[in-house]
Amino acid sequence: MTNIPETGRTPRVQIRLVVIQILVLSLLGTLGGRLWYLQIREGQAYAKEASGNHVQQVVQPAVRGSILDARGVPLADNETRLVVSASRTDLLKMPDDGKGVLTKLAGVLSMTPAEVMEKVRLCDAKTPQPCWNGSPYQPIPITDEATPKQALQIRERAEDFPGITAEPQALRRYPSPGGSNTAQVLGYLSPVTDQELQQAQDTDSPYLRSDQVGRSGLERQYDKQLRGKAGVTRYEVDNLGRVIGEAKADAAQAGSNLVTSIDSRVQRVAEYELNEAMKEARKEWDRNTNERYKADSGAVVVMEAKTGRVVAMASNPSYDPNAWVGGISAKDYKRLTGKESNYPLLNRAIQGQSAPGSIFKVIPTAAAINAGYSFDGPYQCSSSYSIGGQVFKNFESKGYGPISLGRALEVSCDTVFYRLSHEEWKRDGGTKPKKKTNDWFYKTAHQFGLGAETGIDLPNEVTGRIPDRQWKQDYWKANKNAWCKYGKKGGSYAQQIAYENCLEGNRMRAGDSVNYSIGQGDTLVTPIQMASIYAAISNGGTLYNPTVGKAVVSADGRTVDEIKPKPRSKLPIGRKTLTEMSDALAGVATRGTAAWRFADVGWPQNKIAMHAKTGTAEVYGKQTTSWFATYTKDYAVVMTIAQGGTGSGASGPAVRNIYDALYGVSDGGAIDRKNALLPTPQKSLPKVRTDGTITSPKVSKDPAKEQRASQQDAGGGDQPQLAGTAATPTPENRDTRRRRRRGRGPGAGRGPGSRRTLT
Amino acid sequence: MSGANSFQVSGYGPQRAGLARLLARDSLARRLDWPMLLAALALSMLGSLLVYSATRNRTELNQGDPYYFLIRHVLNTGIGLTLMIGTLWLGHRTLRGAVPILYGFSLLLTLLVLTPLGSTINGAHSWIKLPGGFSLQPSEFVKVTIILGMAMLLAARVDAGDKPYPDHRTVLQALGLAAVPMLIVLLMPDLGSVMVMVVIVLGVLLASGSSNRWVFGLIGTGTIGALTVWQLGILDDYQIARFAAFANPELDPAGVGYNTNQARIAIGSGGLTGSGLFKGSQTTGQFVPEQQTDFVFTVAGEELGFIGGGLIIVLIGVILWRACRIARETTELYGTIVAAGIVAWFAFQAFENIGMTLGIMPVTGLPLPFVSYGGSSMFAVWVAVGLLQSIRVQRPMSA
Repeated sequence: MTNIPETGRTPRVQIRLVVIQILVLSLLGTLGGRLWYLQIREGQAYAKEASGNHVQQVVQPAVRGSILDARGVPLADNETRLVVSASRTDLLKMPDDGKGVLTKLAGVLSMTPAEVMEKVRLCDAKTPQPCWNGSPYQPIPITDEATPKQALQIRERAEDFPGITAEPQALRRYPSPGGSNTAQVLGYLSPVTDQELQQAQDTDSPYLRSDQVGRSGLERQYDKQLRGKAGVTRYEVDNLGRVIGEAKADAAQAGSNLVTSIDSRVQRVAEYELNEAMKEARKEWDRNTNERYKADSGAVVVMEAKTGRVVAMASNPSYDPNAWVGGISAKDYKRLTGKESNYPLLNRAIQGQSAPGSIFKVIPTAAAINAGYSFDGPYQCSSSYSIGGQVFKNFESKGYGPISLGRALEVSCDTVFYRLSHEEWKRDGGTKPKKKTNDWFYKTAHQFGLGAETGIDLPNEVTGRIPDRQWKQDYWKANKNAWCKYGKKGGSYAQQIAYENCLEGNRMRAGDSVNYSIGQGDTLVTPIQMASIYAAISNGGTLYNPTVGKAVVSADGRTVDEIKPKPRSKLPIGRKTLTEMSDALAGVATRGTAAWRFADVGWPQNKIAMHAKTGTAEVYGKQTTSWFATYTKDYAVVMTIAQGGTGSGASGPAVRNIYDALYGVSDGGAIDRKNALLPTPQKSLPKVRTDGTITSPKVSKDPAKEQRASQQDAGGGDQPQLAGTAATPTPENRDTRRRRRRGRGPGAGRGPGSRRTLT
Repeated sequence: MSGANSFQVSGYGPQRAGLARLLARDSLARRLDWPMLLAALALSMLGSLLVYSATRNRTELNQGDPYYFLIRHVLNTGIGLTLMIGTLWLGHRTLRGAVPILYGFSLLLTLLVLTPLGSTINGAHSWIKLPGGFSLQPSEFVKVTIILGMAMLLAARVDAGDKPYPDHRTVLQALGLAAVPMLIVLLMPDLGSVMVMVVIVLGVLLASGSSNRWVFGLIGTGTIGALTVWQLGILDDYQIARFAAFANPELDPAGVGYNTNQARIAIGSGGLTGSGLFKGSQTTGQFVPEQQTDFVFTVAGEELGFIGGGLIIVLIGVILWRACRIARETTELYGTIVAAGIVAWFAFQAFENIGMTLGIMPVTGLPLPFVSYGGSSMFAVWVAVGLLQSIRVQRPMSA
């Protein structure tokens, strides 16, 4: 090919031309190599980046499922409001960026054009509120209070309002059927936080920026089921955000409905009666503190005895859960959580713990049997019991002579349990405990489920406390330094206690075991724990994990996920003892401390066998806590009122009224089935139709007041008023009301029984 | 090429008439460099598809007509072809005589850009607006006239047989001839074109056989000149920013690095076979700016993948390879210099254009020969093809 001779061309030029050719080739080779690197080797990564570039998601929120009562009455549902929204994507396509449409829209909604424009502008560092904080591809709500007429105007003239939609949208609502409140059980919703948003990003149920999340109660426990799945449509967009195609669309899945075992009418009755009882208690004079009872908080649990399902659960003080809907105001928030608020958000049925007092006595009874004592005894019910010079008195220093354990329960004789517990303490080695102690009284309490969560399907349940040896040791370790610093021999009462605790607070002392035996001292329980225990005694000994949720039913009613009752364990007592104990508790209602609330005032004991146990627990520096635990073959009802007075006195009438409402019993004792709200627990589930509607019976305006009226009308009439404290106690019962008021407590000299006071 | 030797060939062959003349073994049509011509045509056609894909839904550019750019690109190609045929018809030797006029005319046009007639597009003040929505970029034509002018000066005495190599005086004259329009273009400022011109001058000097001192001296001067320009702040901020973004594209992905980043994403996402013509999300979504002109290669990369992008590089390779052959095989130094100048021009411009979309070269406003939308560029490259064909057709068929 070379033609050097021909052209006379010098080799220099020829060589340089070859150099140029090589250079050119290498340049092209470089390009090819780089192209291969980008497209073949790194192609995957770039493809991913490209798809992130041009896909935007538009989310249709799922409708949150309803929370229903056992008969299908909605306790929490959604209210539809007409929401007018604007699509930025559509507006930006118009030559004037949609200004004309928005101005026209402002006219229809009787807003100013400026207001409307402000709502649809996007928030950034320079834009003050109001502005839109969400995704620009999401329709931006302009108002959620449009009238049907306005919505119609917009929809009828859709061509005049491109990019504008007027659609009904769901907002949470707590309708309070029949005046029931159920606030703490239902819980509430609040907007999702950034952190939750991030954490849930890659799970199978991610949150949306606009999502509301259950924060407490059932709303939180069943959040995942209730929330459903948002629909996502992925649009391909160009660099200015204009939509150029639809990539993928998943329809929204409405959340499932939660059917609970709550009966809204019984719930209303329970709430009303609890509140009335507290109001009545506040009128009562406390002779110990020389002021009226404060009755500052209370709780009541109505439980199905055979399943552990909760029929009603009330906590007082309460609040209106609707305060949270659409964002809570700062003022409301302070009212619910501030120092002055008395914490109405707390569900005191599962989060309130206090010493149980005498309703605890079923546990030492069982413990004594397990330790080998016989039920029949007899055991000496003396007026007092002394240990090494310290005197532990019975209430009013009253003695009953030798009695059985059953009778001890009936008359709530403390000294019988003092003695048994003290004997066991001594058998375990007393002040020098054996290597292996039996600790029957403590072990049995744990077997009854105390000192641990019941496992109810509500969040943040507390455990209560059984002050056993292990706990004493741990507690002493934690507080030793403070006690030893503060304690002083011969100082003030509190200083003396601290001094003693500093020296031997880690050891189980005789007084500790004595106090513990009657549910005092450091013992703490929750109402739900006591309700499950009494329900278990009723049903033959099966301790259930209490449940509020009964079934999760899909929005179309096609899938029903039943939440079965969950047996947790068996009570550690034999059949025979259980029957004997049950008889004794029936005795409490017929001739014992609760008789003046039941048998004496026309309770049809032969038709509906009532079992009860009263309790009046002392709290250092405060007024006594009223406890009342009861059960029939169907239900267990436990009520407590802090600083409310005695068990049967403060809580008695309210519990009686709840039973009256459940069974349709009049004040006089007549049973009228028509008036019975729930003579047997609700078995069937409410029907959810395929279109999402739910069949539910009507609830009257206020079942509680109607019940009160019907109980008075239908009755034999010889007992005019049972509510409050109107009934006159018999002399014996009066004793029980004021029992253990004197001879104990801080003022009555120092004794081990008072050590609890520092906890 | 077999048999070509048996023919007596000169630039002015036997006169025949009609089809027979066209098909005759020594005819013009037979002697044309068809691979180069077909490669150039293929690139132009491929370009029209890519330009169409990039612009069919850029309503703010195409005035509502999706075919606006397609039609104009095809039209430009047609005009380019005509210019090529015209150049071929006149012959590079004839044009050699007209070089002073052409040079002067192109110089005048570049000067016009600096007058109020000039207009600024994308920060470069390098266009002359013509009536009817057309605009002219004189720097494209200057590339041609610099090659022709330098070739004329450098080859004059060598082709006359006076000297084996151009002497220093001639080289100096030739450099001066190139420097004047380059300075004007630098003032616009159209840095990309100046870079191309520097490479052209280098290629021309190499091919002319000038002393090595000139070649290396020019490289040295170029380097020092670039540093001076940088230091003296003659460059605009946007130009410095582009170089900074080249060095570190993640620097400001929404700002100066945006072009490079999006271009690289577009090409990278193409993979082996691409997303299919008109189906590229980066292209349809208009994420890459200037996609019908400077960044047209990204359309090929995304929608046609490695195969399409590779094809463009191969086609350019075919043109360059044939051009190199023409440079080597022609007897006159004038033809060699012109061909080599064109090789340097095409090679560097293609490398810079594709290289910047691949992130291995800084971003400058240079069109991809034949493929990018743009009349001036299209006309200039087709005139260059015409010159190459003319050199090939008129070379002596040596034995």
